[in-house]
Order: sequence, then structure tokens, then C-alpha cells
Amino acid sequence: MTTQTAQAKALEPLIYELSSSGRKAETLMPKLDVPESAPLPAHLLRDSLELPEVSELDVVRHFVRLSQLNYAIDKGFYPLGSCTMKYNPKIGEDTARLPGFANLHPLQAPETAQGALALMYTLQQWLCEISGMKGCSLQPAAGAQGELAGILMIRAYHQERGDTRRTKILVPDSAHGTNPATSAMAGYTVVTLPSDARGGVDLDALRAAADETVAGMMITVPSTLGVFDENIQEIIKIVHNRGGLMYMDGANMNALLGVVKPGELGFDVMHFNLHKTFSTPHGGGGPGSGPVTVNEKLLPYLPGPIVAIVEEATDSEGAPRYGFVMPEKSIGRLKAFHGNFGMLVRAYTYIALHGAEGLKAISHHAVLNANYVRVRLADAYKVPYNRMCGHEVVIEGRFPDAPDIRALDISKRLMDYGFHPPTNYFPLIVHEALLIEPTESESKETLDRFIEAMHAIAREAREAPELLRSAPHTTPVSRVDEVYAARNLTLCCRLPSAE
Amino acid sequence: MAKWKTPADCRYTKTDEWARMEGAEAVIGITDYAQDALSDIVYIEPPTVGARLKAGERFSTVESTKAAADLNMPLSGEIIAFNSALSDAPEKINADPFGEGWIIRVKPSDLTELEALMDAEAYAKYCEERG
Repeated sequence: MTTQTAQAKALEPLIYELSSSGRKAETLMPKLDVPESAPLPAHLLRDSLELPEVSELDVVRHFVRLSQLNYAIDKGFYPLGSCTMKYNPKIGEDTARLPGFANLHPLQAPETAQGALALMYTLQQWLCEISGMKGCSLQPAAGAQGELAGILMIRAYHQERGDTRRTKILVPDSAHGTNPATSAMAGYTVVTLPSDARGGVDLDALRAAADETVAGMMITVPSTLGVFDENIQEIIKIVHNRGGLMYMDGANMNALLGVVKPGELGFDVMHFNLHKTFSTPHGGGGPGSGPVTVNEKLLPYLPGPIVAIVEEATDSEGAPRYGFVMPEKSIGRLKAFHGNFGMLVRAYTYIALHGAEGLKAISHHAVLNANYVRVRLADAYKVPYNRMCGHEVVIEGRFPDAPDIRALDISKRLMDYGFHPPTNYFPLIVHEALLIEPTESESKETLDRFIEAMHAIAREAREAPELLRSAPHTTPVSRVDEVYAARNLTLCCRLPSAE
Repeated sequence: MAKWKTPADCRYTKTDEWARMEGAEAVIGITDYAQDALSDIVYIEPPTVGARLKAGERFSTVESTKAAADLNMPLSGEIIAFNSALSDAPEKINADPFGEGWIIRVKPSDLTELEALMDAEAYAKYCEERG
């Protein structure tokens, strides 16, 4: 047993290890009030279900103890770049749990769910307004699915015009990793564009690559280097002039709300990450929500169904009737039913809570916070693109006079100071990258504590490097041997026996 | 002393592969700079022996605890061998990138392509520039 496994077991055993034969909770199942069906045939029955046998108290304590070992945005600062781990206001949990929303069945008749449809319709309108676009689909279940929807729409657009020469998608080397993956999944060849010295797209490389075989370009704004490309309108023009369409990865919208409308810049399609920008929770793996918005060109291809007004209100007092419609040449469904509806309620709540001015203030504060961190870290760390950044800043986690220290060691040591580490080793084009995104949620006091910890770690790197190399020291589990874990894979789930 | 090894008998690509001629065959791997930037390598995708690829085409992918990186052919030609010892011990690439960590042997189809690659001096400079 490794040290780490021993530590984890001492903290909290697996629920299976708490199992004691015959132990159970009182069942609260009501008495059977329907006719009993014939028993299952013997060959479909099993003697044992391999389930833990525990009391209610065992279950409660086990999961409460596990939850206390977690690090979460509700516990502390979580500057995980490109993930926008902002605070999720609790009112979103209240609204998503309103019985009228929480108890809906996705198959019930739209006439009986008009409130939910009105919410979805309004959210579609708001996302169009925020992005300067003409149409919206709330279908995509996460950002990567929104990207796929966008690229499939671009493909449908070209194919309908009989323009089948277009086989390439341009992707800058500062892109989110999902961008090339999306392009490849949609059947395109990915052409990677280098960044220039200021962190923007290399325009000469773009001009050379943009020919009549290019279907479009995917670009993240601001980029994963945290910088807004001043040439963005020129970039869009170059691609449009060659007949390509422009996709904006909206994962970094937290820098742009109420400041820049991608549709007005000339983008044809973009996706939002409601679970980033609009504070629907995603720390536990989601569920996410990645709506797409489009301009007129792509309107007929939106994934559906989308919500539309199917009958106008008859008088000024009345409400219109909402229904689901499939856009004319839709690329089809992306998932069952209507997106991750609970996330839509939370995002609606968040937008309604802040209003237009509030959303703009969010981006102003997010950008201010990131620049405050950038300027105050610049005397202790190399900031490779040290100019006004967007909502996040990338620094190098290495020191010329402490050659054994890498970004990972700095991140591990930060945990001892009580902070969640920033994103490590991304973007790939920065050596030993640490991508820091403070978000608008944090006070100056919190940012100052984080900055002081980063300065202390930079000093320790020279004076006591072993402190970093062996960190973390104060967490429930100490340094995990990631190399061993990646090289020695062991499947340890419980598979039912073949009988 | 330079931070990274750049043996004089190798030629180098901008994407950090090396090629060394041994008789009529070229031995190919990734450079000391590349293994240092990737850190601990945990997996290498076995390339297709017998495949004929052009210079610049992807022949494999390596994964480290930090990132995954495509490996591109420095020269056009046929892959005639893969260093299968790497499948069980990819760390050899970190320990000895120009020796036991070699990745493939290739029968080159156009030796003039060697001339287009960087020599050790130019490549060492290229590494220093990127830091």
C-alpha cells in the first residue's frame, strides 16, 4: 500500500469497508398498492448485489466526512484559470429548487410548462443581446458540445452552398484544447496558427493559411494567454474575405460582458459556458451548459428544438404562448430533451439578479482583479505577456536561480497556504505556465493574501526548495506520485460477476 | 555548459525531433530540450511500422504528466522499426533521449531533406532563444 492510500484510508474508509452483513436503514417504502407482477425468471436473478450494508448514520457520517475533505469555492479562493470558478450565489439554488421548475417532467405538454418555456425564451433573448447575435439554442450540455454544434453549423452552411472544398479549420496555438478536438471530430483538418510576440495571432501566418479550403476559424477571446487580440477585426476580415466563418469560443466571456459584443465584431457563431460566466456550479463536474448563439447566416441551422413564441398574446395583459420549434435546416438534436434545464434556471437568475449594468460591472471587476494580481506578481515571477490582460493572467512557475523548482511545486506549496492552485501547464505555449483567474468575486484582502503567499513561495524556492518539492504538507493527502499513477494503471471498479 | 544536450551527429527539427544517419537508415527521437519541457513521459503511442510518411507528418504521440505532444517525421520515408522497449519504460526518453530513448528507425526516401534540418549549433541557439 502506498503512503497516500494509507493516509486516505486513515481519513475515511470506502463505504464498502464500512459494510457489515445485515446492517440496514429502516425502509420508508410505502405499502405495495398495485398488483404484484410475476417474479423475474430465475436466470435474471442474482443472489448478491455487491452493495454496502450500512446504517443511515453510517451513510450520513461517511459523506459528511468526505465533503469536509473537499476544497470548494465555498471554502476558499479558487483561481483556476480558464475555468472561471466564481462564487455561485445561493439564490440560484433556491430558484432551481422551486417546485414548478424542479418537478417538471421533460415529456409533459408544453402548454403545462409555459413558465419554464418563458424562462428559456427570455434566456435565449438575453444571450443574443449579450453576444450581439440573432438566434440562440440552449441545447448543448456543455462548452465542448456547444463548440461541436457551432462547427457542425459551419459545415452545414458550406455544404448547402455546394462549397465542398473547405476541409480545414484554423486554430491559434493559444486555443483551448477542445477547439482542435472539436474541429477534428467534425471531420476537419486542423491548421495550427502561431502566436506573435505580443500573444496575438500571427497575421502573416493567418494570411498564408487562409485560402479557399478554409471552412472557418475557432478563436478564444480573450485568448488563453489572457490577452485581447487588438487585431481581432482584421483577423475576422481575413477569414471572411476567403469565405470562411468565424467561431468564438466564449469560455472567457467573463472579461467581455457588456463591453464587447462578439456579433458586432463580426463573429458568426459562439458558445457560452453558463457554468463559468453565469455562475452555474461546475466544481463537481457539472452539469454544464453551453448554449450557442449565431448571426443571420447560421440561424436556420441551430440545433433544436429551441423555444419560440407560437402564438402572440391576444391583448396587452395576456401572455404569449410558447412552444418548441425545430429550426428549418437544423443540425438536429445534441441531447435528449431540452439542455440541462436546472442550469438554465440558475443562469437566468444570475442575469436577472445583476441586470445589464451589473453584468458590465462583473467584467470590469474581473479584469481589474486579474490586472492587480499581474502587476503585483511581476516582481517575483516572469509574466511572459506583461501587458493589460483580460480576466486571467499567465505567469511562469520557474526561477533561473532555483532550477529544480517547477510550476507544479509552486502549486502544491500554495495548498499549504490554503489556496486552490491555479491551472498548471496551460496554455502549452508558456514554459511552466500558471494560469491565474481571480474572478470578480474576491475582495482585495483575499487577493493580497494570495499575492503574499506567492511572494513567500518565490522566496522559499531559493531558501528552502525542499519545502516546495515535498509540498503539500497540510492537506489530508500529501504529494501524490503522479508519474507512478500514470504509468501503472490499475482497474479497481467492482464489476458484477459474469454469472 | 549549455542547459540541453545537442549532439553534433544529429540534425534537428523546429518541433524538437532529431534524426541521425546510421548507414542508410535514420534513427529518430525527441531532443533533450523536448523531454525537459515535457517532464516525466508516461506513455508513447506505438507508431505503425511499415508506414510511409512525409516529412512533417505525425508518426506518434507522447504523453507526460504535463501535456501530450505530437511527434513529426523529420524526413520522408518508411518506418522500419519502433523501439518497443519504450512501451514498458517510456522514462528512457527522459533519461537518454539520444541513446536508449530513440523512437523509430526510418528508411529515408530523400536524403536531401537532411539539409533542410538544423545542425546542432543552430538548434542549440533555437533552444536558448525559447528559454
